[in-house]
Amino acid sequence: MDITVNNQVHSIDVEGDMPLLWVLRDELGLTGTKYGCGVAACGACTVHVDGVAVRSCQTPVSDVQGAKITTIEGLGTPDALHAVQQAWVDLQVAQCGYCQSGQIMQATELLTNNAAPSDQEIDDWMNGNLCRCGTYPRIRAAVKAASTLMKDA
Amino acid sequence: MSKLGKYTRRTFMVGAAAIAGGVAFGVYRAKTPFENPLGRDLPIGSATFNPWVLVDATAVTLVLPHADLGQGVHSLQAALIAEELDIEIDQVQTTFGAPDKAYYNGGISGEMVPFMPTDDSRTAEFARSFAGGAIKAFMPMMMTGGSSTVPDSYLKLRQAGAMARETLKAAASAQTGVPVSNITTKNGAVHLPDGEIIPYTALAKRAAELDPVQDVSLRPSSQWRLLGKPMKRTDIVAKSTGTQEYGIDVKAKDMVYATVRVNPAKGSGANSFDDTTAKSMRGVLRVLKIKNGAAVVADNTWRAIQAVNAIEFDWKPSTYPAEQADHWAAVEASFVEDKLNGTPRDVGAVDQAQGTEVIAEYRSPYVAHAPLEPLSATILVKEDRVDIWTGHQIQLAVEEKIAAITGHDVSNVHLHNMFIGGSFGHRLEFLNIEQAAEIGNAMRGTPVKLTYSREEDFAQDFPRHITMGRGRGRVDQGRVVALDLELAAPSVMASQMGRMGINMPMPDAMLHSGAWENPYHNLENLRIRSYKADALAPVSSWRSVGAAPNGFAFDSLLDELIHAAGADPLEERIRLMGHDTSVKVLEAVGEMSNWGAPLGPNKGRGVAFVLSFGVPVAEVVEVTNTSKGIKIDKVWVACDVGQVLDPVNFENLVQGGVVYGLGHAINSEITYSGGHADQRNFWDAEGMRIAQCPEIFVKGLENASKIRGIGEPPVPPAAPALANAIFAATGQRIREMPFNKFIDFV
Ligand code: FES
Ligand code: FES
Repeated sequence: MDITVNNQVHSIDVEGDMPLLWVLRDELGLTGTKYGCGVAACGACTVHVDGVAVRSCQTPVSDVQGAKITTIEGLGTPDALHAVQQAWVDLQVAQCGYCQSGQIMQATELLTNNAAPSDQEIDDWMNGNLCRCGTYPRIRAAVKAASTLMKDA
Repeated sequence: MSKLGKYTRRTFMVGAAAIAGGVAFGVYRAKTPFENPLGRDLPIGSATFNPWVLVDATAVTLVLPHADLGQGVHSLQAALIAEELDIEIDQVQTTFGAPDKAYYNGGISGEMVPFMPTDDSRTAEFARSFAGGAIKAFMPMMMTGGSSTVPDSYLKLRQAGAMARETLKAAASAQTGVPVSNITTKNGAVHLPDGEIIPYTALAKRAAELDPVQDVSLRPSSQWRLLGKPMKRTDIVAKSTGTQEYGIDVKAKDMVYATVRVNPAKGSGANSFDDTTAKSMRGVLRVLKIKNGAAVVADNTWRAIQAVNAIEFDWKPSTYPAEQADHWAAVEASFVEDKLNGTPRDVGAVDQAQGTEVIAEYRSPYVAHAPLEPLSATILVKEDRVDIWTGHQIQLAVEEKIAAITGHDVSNVHLHNMFIGGSFGHRLEFLNIEQAAEIGNAMRGTPVKLTYSREEDFAQDFPRHITMGRGRGRVDQGRVVALDLELAAPSVMASQMGRMGINMPMPDAMLHSGAWENPYHNLENLRIRSYKADALAPVSSWRSVGAAPNGFAFDSLLDELIHAAGADPLEERIRLMGHDTSVKVLEAVGEMSNWGAPLGPNKGRGVAFVLSFGVPVAEVVEVTNTSKGIKIDKVWVACDVGQVLDPVNFENLVQGGVVYGLGHAINSEITYSGGHADQRNFWDAEGMRIAQCPEIFVKGLENASKIRGIGEPPVPPAAPALANAIFAATGQRIREMPFNKFIDFV
C-alpha cells in the first residue's frame, strides 16, 4: 500500500493492522515519532493525519491510506524551525526530550485551531501527553510563546 | 590489561578509531586554591591520564563522560570546560566518550560516611576523602547518579579547560616567540598582541609536542562568561525537532528487531513455553530461549511484540512473597533489635521526654521508574568484538556484563552510550543489557535492536522499596520537644549491588537517608533508627532513593507534632533548625509564598523540609478543597546547592522533581498479586499529567559551602508538603502514599 508522509509517498508491504507508529519507525526509519506506551496513554507517538493530532500507536496503517501524514520531521527542521519548535527552543522545555515530539505535534494542532488558548484550554488539550520529567510548567509557557510567535508571523 | 593502559598522552581513542596528531588534555594533578588538600581528586604521583579535551586540526572535541538522562549534564559539562577554555559552546563538538576507569565519579563516594552532609569539620572531610580514595581503589565507577554529576565535574572539568587553554597558549608562544604573558584567548583562538588570531585547531600539532601545563588557577565566579547565566542547552534544538537520537532510535544496516518476555515473577524461570503460533507469525525470524523466558527476533518491533504475546508460558512461582499484604507484613515484623540497621541520630533522651504524646505510622509503596523511553539496546556481536548502543548510568559494568555472556575479552566490548529518554534510576540496572547480549550472541553478525514493550518495562522494573515509618514524639508548652522515628524497609543497596555481584552485608544508609540528616539541632530529643527487613521483591534506586519515603515519614511526623503543639508550621521548623543555610531556605520559602497571609475559603497550605544529597530543600504547597476533590494550586520551592550553574535548566529540574514527587505521591504504586506486578501500563500508574500540575515557583540560594546536584533533592519534600497542606485544608491527615486511596484529586 502507499502512504504519504511529510509530502513523500512511500510504498510499504505490511499488514493493514500494523500501527502507523511502527510503520514510521521501523519501516520508514522516521524515529522522531516515539513509542512510549502503545495504548494511547502517553502521547509520545502523536502525529498529524490531515492536520489532526492522532496517536499513531493506535492508528492502523490501513486507516491512513490516502491521508496526509505529518510527523515531527515534517513540521520543521533544526535549520528551519516551525514556530512551535522555536518556542520550545526559546523556553528550553526539554529535559530528556523523549515526550517532546508528541507534545509539539499536539500543541501545534491546538494552535492551528485556537490561536490564543486559555490556561484551561491548554491543560485540557495537552492532558493526554505525559511528560515523565515534569516539564509541564514550561510546556504551558511555550504554548503561549508559540501563540505569540504565530500571531506575529 | 586495563583499558586505561591503551591511552597514551597523544593518542585518544574515540570508539574504535585512534585519533593521531591531536592533543588531549586531562587533569594530571588536581591542585587549585579552592581545594581542600584532604579531598584531592587524584592520588599524588598518579600518572593517570583523564582526557576531556581533544584538539586536532579540524575540531575541538569535549569528552563528557556522564550519561545524560535528561538532566542536561551533557550541556553543563561542556560549559564547565568551555568556561576556562575560552571557547563558545557552539564551537565545540561533544561526545560521551568510551567507558573508562579514568572517568570514575569522584562525587558519589564522598557522602558514604557517617557524618552529616552539613558537617564541614576536618574529621568529616578526612573521612570523605578516605572513602573517596577507597572507592576509587576498589570499585572504580564511571557512573551517573546520586545527583553527583555537578560535584564530580565542577573542579575537574574547569581544570581540564584551563590546562588546555594554557597549553595552547604555550604552543602559540613556541610557534611565534611571543611570551605567554602577552597572549590572550577568546572564541576558540589565541590572540597575539599584534592582532593576529590563531585558532586552537591550528595549534593542535604544536601543542601535542608539549607537556601539558599543569599549574593552573581557576577563575573566580565573578569572571564567568557562561556559568551562572542562562545557557542554551546543546541538545535543545535536537530535542525540539525529533532529531535527537536515543538508544531506542539506533539504526544499523540489516538490523533486525527483538523483544522479550520473561517471568513477571522477577528472577524466576519458565518451566516451559509453547511458541508454535509465534514462530509461524509474519516477520518472525527466531524465537530464542533466554534466561527466565523467551525473545522473539523479527523484521519489525511490532511483529516481535505480537509474536511474544502469542507465546504461552508456564511460569515458575516467585521466590518472594506472592501477595502485597505479605510484603507489608514482612516490613512490619522488622522493627526488632536484631534487624537494627543503624541509629544514625540519638540526641538527648527521647524516652524520658515529657509532654503530650503523638504517635503515628507512615507507609510508602513500591513505585515504578517508568521513564518515557522504554528499555532498549542495540547490539552487534561479532567473533572479535561486541558493540552495543544504549543509554546506561554505569558504563563500565555494562561491558563487563556483556563480556561474561558472550565470552569476549572485556576490552573487545564497546558501549556507545546514547542520550537517554529519562531514567530516574531505571538505567542503573542490567536486565536489558544481559538480554541484548544473549540475543546478539545467538544472532552473531547481525545487528539486533531489543525494545521492551511498555508492559514488559513495568513488569520487569525493580521499583523503589516499600518503607514503613513508626513515629512518636512529644510536645510541651507550644513546642516540639521530642521526635523519635523508626524506619523499616528492605535494603535497596543490597538488592541492587547483589545484581552487580557485590555483597553488601553492611548497614544501608539509604534506609535512613532523608530523615537523619535534617539539621534540626535545636530539637533537644531526637532519635532516628532504621531496620533492615529481609529481602522481598527486587528493588532499586528510584529518584532520591530512601529520601522520598524517609523524608515523607520524618516531615509528616514533625508536622503532626507542630500541629499538636499549636505552633506555626514554618516558625516552629525555623526555631528547631540549627543550621544557618537551612534556616535561610525555610525563610526564603516563607517569603516567596507570603506564608501566613490569609488564604481564600477551602484553601490550605503545608510546608515541608528535607535535606537530601546534601541539599536543603523547603517546599510550600497550596491546595483547594473543591467539591470534586483536592486541587493542587501552587508550589514554592527554595533550595541551596551552593552555586547555580545554569539557572534555566536548574529551574526546569526543580519543577520536574516536584512534579515527580507529587505525581507519585497522589496516584502511583506497584503492588504484587501472585508474585506479578499488578500495574501494567501508564493507565495504572500514570504519575502527574499537565492538568494536575500546579504552578511551581523556584528559588536557588547560594549560601551552602559546597556545590551540589539538584536532580534528586526536590523530590522528597513534595509528598509531605502536600499531605501537610491537605491536613490544613481538610483536617484529614494522610499517612500513606498514594494519597488517592484516601482522598480524591481534581
Ligand atoms: S505510544 Fe502512543 S500514546 Fe503512548
Ligand atoms: S522531557 Fe522527558 S518525558 Fe518529557
